Amino acid sequence: MKQQILTITENVPVTNCVYRMRLEGADLEAQNPGGFVNIRLDGLFLRRPISVYDSEPGSVTILYKVVGKGTEQMAGMKPGETLDVLTGLGNGYDLTKSGDTPVLLGGGVGVPPLYLLAKKLIAEGKKPQAVLGFNTAAEVFGEAEFKALGCGVTVTTADGSYGVRGFVTDALPEEYSYFYTCGPEPMLRAVYRAAKTSGQLSFEERMGCGFGACMGCSCKTITGYKRICREGPVLEKEEILWANL
Amino acid sequence: MENRLVVNLCGLELDNPVIPASGTFGFGYEFAQWYDINCLGTFSFKGTTKDPRFGNPTPRIAECPAGMINAVGLQNPGVDKVIVEELPKLKEVFHKKVMANVSGFSVEDYAYTCERLDAEEQVGWLEVNISCPNVHGGGMSFGTDPKAAAEVTAAVKRVTTKPVIMKLSPNVTDITAIAKACEDAGADGVSLINTLQGMRINLRTRKPVIRNVMGGVSGPAVFPVALRMVWQVCRAVKIPVVGMGGVSTAEDVLEMMMAGASAVEVGAANLTDPCACKKIIDDLPAAMDKYGIKSLQELKGEI
Repeated sequence: MKQQILTITENVPVTNCVYRMRLEGADLEAQNPGGFVNIRLDGLFLRRPISVYDSEPGSVTILYKVVGKGTEQMAGMKPGETLDVLTGLGNGYDLTKSGDTPVLLGGGVGVPPLYLLAKKLIAEGKKPQAVLGFNTAAEVFGEAEFKALGCGVTVTTADGSYGVRGFVTDALPEEYSYFYTCGPEPMLRAVYRAAKTSGQLSFEERMGCGFGACMGCSCKTITGYKRICREGPVLEKEEILWANL
Repeated sequence: MENRLVVNLCGLELDNPVIPASGTFGFGYEFAQWYDINCLGTFSFKGTTKDPRFGNPTPRIAECPAGMINAVGLQNPGVDKVIVEELPKLKEVFHKKVMANVSGFSVEDYAYTCERLDAEEQVGWLEVNISCPNVHGGGMSFGTDPKAAAEVTAAVKRVTTKPVIMKLSPNVTDITAIAKACEDAGADGVSLINTLQGMRINLRTRKPVIRNVMGGVSGPAVFPVALRMVWQVCRAVKIPVVGMGGVSTAEDVLEMMMAGASAVEVGAANLTDPCACKKIIDDLPAAMDKYGIKSLQELKGEI
């Protein structure tokens, strides 16, 4: 965990409401897949936690959807501007459990954290398959980028306007060794029910601090109370206690 | 000159008046990863109750103009685990006396938890949060009734020799009446303000942002309200007053002390900037120079 002033080197739309922002800083360490950064914005009190899309020493790239005041402000920022960012936050995906052929299931803005995960898995010689789910063709992003990594990709759209009609669970491969997922809670519940293997799920929650101090994002699990920002956002399938599955 | 930041709180000396407020600083060790927390005057640890509590359902947090709302609901591991697990972990990273923040839902709860923490030598002060609902009093908060506030104060005083600081709720018509009731019942100090009740509605979902509907507002937005109440209470009681509510800068600390506070707690600022308290302490000497303040002790009750 570090507090850093990072410089925006790229901030471009990838769909009509999702933007890709690259941030650079000399002291920035490579961020973990499934981890997040927490961004301070002028005039807004709470920081905005955004998951890591890609990272290497000196840079981190995030993909964010414009949904409110904070992300609107971010979308208007230009290369050269700086941001006060807390980096190295969250307990990300554990790659050691993947097996050889894990499936990566992402829904909407749950897709980004799976990109760095896919990249790392492929670097370890694994053969991940990605299933990227969206509502409609206009919202689709990431297909080419995952393919460029050498990752198998299936895209689903709920309205059938692109790829497979349906949800990510409608395009689960026949065989896979493990699953990793990130997306809206209804999708996580569906993946949890449909999955034939063990796996890891990344959760979202409104946060106060993002680094474990305020207990704003606590949840109950089989192994006790956990903070989504600290012990999460990635939790193991076996420890999840759904309130109403 | 080197002792110009030193203050005294209920007979114990603090290197400086800056105290992270309960609920924004956990049990300290999380922040020790960001900076050496021994630079603090002290800190008030996470509100502790007799039994473990998970707290409220999420979302527990909402954004406000210049602040936030929380409805965490006193999540804590309970006093047994605080003593056996949290305090030993804290001891490794913090070598000063800590302020133990205690909550309860009956007078007996408060007395039990305070008695347990009284036995811990790491604890320097007991800060008693009376903003909790009284389960035997129809759920009304202890802190909104002078009689109930006095009962808690007296019960806690009976079980400890450590200074007892009653943490007051601002959600009352006249906070000085509660402060005086605590003083008369033997309190060694009072701290204020706890959060102001508030709410937000999400226009998209047409539902309250906070699952619990209402929560406590904190952050710079409440600073003027807090300062006013600190000033009022300082004029109403003779015991030391700890000022808090939206304090985020060294200048805010000076204002609180000019209003009469003996020390100052910093809450929400810790959540948006993990190093906020260290920065405030580092900034204090220059801010004092700017306004011709030689030592903080000289400020007390200037207004």
